Amino acid sequence: MELDSVTLSRMLTSLTLAFHIIFATIGVGVPVLISAAEFIGIRKKDDHYILLARRWARGFTITVAVGVVTGTCIGLQLSLLWPSFMQIAGHVISLPLFMETFAFFFEAIFLGIYLYTWDRFKKPLHHWLLSIPVIIGSSASAFFITTVNAFMNTPQGFKLEGRTITEIEPLAAMFNPATPSKVLHVLTSSYMTAAFILASLAAFAILRGRGSEYHRKALKLTMICGLIFSLATAIAGDISAKFLAEEQPEKLAAAEWHFETEKGADLIVFGTIDENNEIRNEIRIPKALSFLAGSSFDTEVIGLNEFPEDERPPLWIHYLFDSMVSIGFFALGISALFVFLSYWKKANPMKKWLLFLIVCSGPLSMLAIEFGWIYAEVGRQPWILRGYMKVAEGATQADNVGVTFLMFLALYIVLGIITVTVLLKMFRNKPAQAEFDDRFPDSPGIGQ
Amino acid sequence: MSIEILGITVLWVFLYGYVIVASIDFGAGFFAYYGRVTGKEHVISHIISRYLSPVWEVTNVFFVFFFVGLVGFFPDAAYYYGTALLIPGSIALILLAIRGSFYAFGNYGSKDNSFYLFLYGATGLLIPAALSTALTISEGGFIEEQGNKVIFLAGELVSSPYSWSVVILAIVSVLFISAVFLTYYADRAGDTPARELLRTFALFWSPPTILASFLVFASLREHNERHFNNALEIWWMFGLSLLCFLAAVLLVYKKKRFGTSFILVMLQFFFAFFGYGASHLPYILDPFITIYSGYTNPEMGMALVAAFIAGLLLLIPSLILLMRLFLFNADYVKGEK
Repeated sequence: MELDSVTLSRMLTSLTLAFHIIFATIGVGVPVLISAAEFIGIRKKDDHYILLARRWARGFTITVAVGVVTGTCIGLQLSLLWPSFMQIAGHVISLPLFMETFAFFFEAIFLGIYLYTWDRFKKPLHHWLLSIPVIIGSSASAFFITTVNAFMNTPQGFKLEGRTITEIEPLAAMFNPATPSKVLHVLTSSYMTAAFILASLAAFAILRGRGSEYHRKALKLTMICGLIFSLATAIAGDISAKFLAEEQPEKLAAAEWHFETEKGADLIVFGTIDENNEIRNEIRIPKALSFLAGSSFDTEVIGLNEFPEDERPPLWIHYLFDSMVSIGFFALGISALFVFLSYWKKANPMKKWLLFLIVCSGPLSMLAIEFGWIYAEVGRQPWILRGYMKVAEGATQADNVGVTFLMFLALYIVLGIITVTVLLKMFRNKPAQAEFDDRFPDSPGIGQ
Repeated sequence: MSIEILGITVLWVFLYGYVIVASIDFGAGFFAYYGRVTGKEHVISHIISRYLSPVWEVTNVFFVFFFVGLVGFFPDAAYYYGTALLIPGSIALILLAIRGSFYAFGNYGSKDNSFYLFLYGATGLLIPAALSTALTISEGGFIEEQGNKVIFLAGELVSSPYSWSVVILAIVSVLFISAVFLTYYADRAGDTPARELLRTFALFWSPPTILASFLVFASLREHNERHFNNALEIWWMFGLSLLCFLAAVLLVYKKKRFGTSFILVMLQFFFAFFGYGASHLPYILDPFITIYSGYTNPEMGMALVAAFIAGLLLLIPSLILLMRLFLFNADYVKGEK
């Protein structure tokens, strides 16, 4: 099969983004956890938490590096693969793109300072203060870049005549209807995913019998954070669904296999669909989709049939949507259970099966991030600029996109493998116990 | 000053910033690897990694800043360069990706892994070569527009003497700038053996730098006479550049005032870089885009300039803090902190 430039450009962009968001999510979320651990360590004068912050920060540097380089790749690939799109949209989205690099710059400076000044301040709190600009920088860059993506979903703030753009309002473009719900969902889900990834590391150590007081504290901290952030993510997801019903009904309709516009629409959970759009094996929750879309059981939900066939997103995004939501509730459930058991005096939260589920929660959360993004992006097909420009009009006309795809595929495979190897080696060579004795020789020890 | 000139000046300042900080970084990687191969690693590696560790990410941002700004101020540039540079741009990206990540793997992960260091060192010389093709293309003659299609003439680029002279200049000046800076840094650290070794590197790379500059001039005359004649009109910029170069080399040779000599090297490249940029105007991509034809809408232009000023107010104090903590902190440089 001969693939054209448009398909290849889409494949390469998806590949880069799918790889980048793993590291971008960690990059946005983990600083929050590091900062929390250091703060608790200083307040409680507990060296375990300080060590936790240090060890997380050390692993974080590796993921940041890969995040930075893959971020640079996607930044340039926007122009390399979608030159016609950038020529037009560049007039409108360059402000948030520009500000994103400022935020990134700010984060880069303070991350460098944070990592190399652990022992340079007389008051530990001064070092902790440096983590604040790191969080501000990473979350702000997520904010700005998400406004660009939101703009592609609900473009506004300009007039387009042929290829000429006029009447630009940069701020209206940035604060488009999709911005609030998207930003909220991206930030909360990144914090959440970071919490569950760190939790699964701690749970894994305990499950393997290498657990100590240090790991138990880590697990408790990350699970509490995970509970808070997964609650916030669920709320943000609900806001997003209501936004979609209002502004991008075809995306919600495709995800829910909702064809006829009606009041009291059923929510379809799981199931399969055949070529005649017959739905089977589903769990049907009466009127729940209407409730999801507008907080009332008789909200009218616009169906997919209202849209011309060539402007409908593919129906397979339903599976992604359902998987994302299921994982979200799974993570919320186990963190709630764990926190409940830890505060209930008679119970023991360190049950094997629970620890095992926590180990799964980290990778699953990351998978949910991937599913959510694929759903969000494929859900606005066939548009690159919804209502203005289709994907095929934006792609490069250059040949050789196929070669480029293979080069980047090789790069990401190598980077992925080496990142994992280096991270494993880094922590195996220096277990928490040894590092603790090394760094805090006067402390009573890490305890088993 | 018109807003178009202001826009391109802002971008040029950032590209200049990138040229300086990235040169230090690229050259350092090469010297670090060279040091390991020739068994002199113990002399210079700690100097290099003490400088690079806190700042490597910042270096990368300068570059992102430049191209995001270019696309922002001049969206037409995205269209032409985007189409033409698919292959060279992707190669440069992959090299940058390898370099950035392997620096982290080597420095935070496996410190003694020679292969990581090799990738880090080798890419440091290939990246300037790959990136400099964008500058070469901007002179025109390598892109054709047929109907709605932009066609990149890769064969022309590979066979052009001008393109090769730019590549050579990029590589040797990276080594020169880096060596002079690291000499200064080693001197501040009071590390005489490292300083002496780096000083010989600086002196060794000084004649090729200036020869390559002349070569670029000579081949520019053949390639783009309009640009060459424009450059002659502001010959004094290039004259000042040459003077700064001579003074810098003299100071390094006499082992005096290494700090001043690095500032002179910065000025040398400042004059040459801005002289080159000024004589290139009004073209961004000869003959397709000028700064006037490709400029973004004025509303966006104003918004970008406003964002830029606000951003600088945030960045400059942070950068000063970074430098005071690491570059200009005597105890840190000496390894006591």
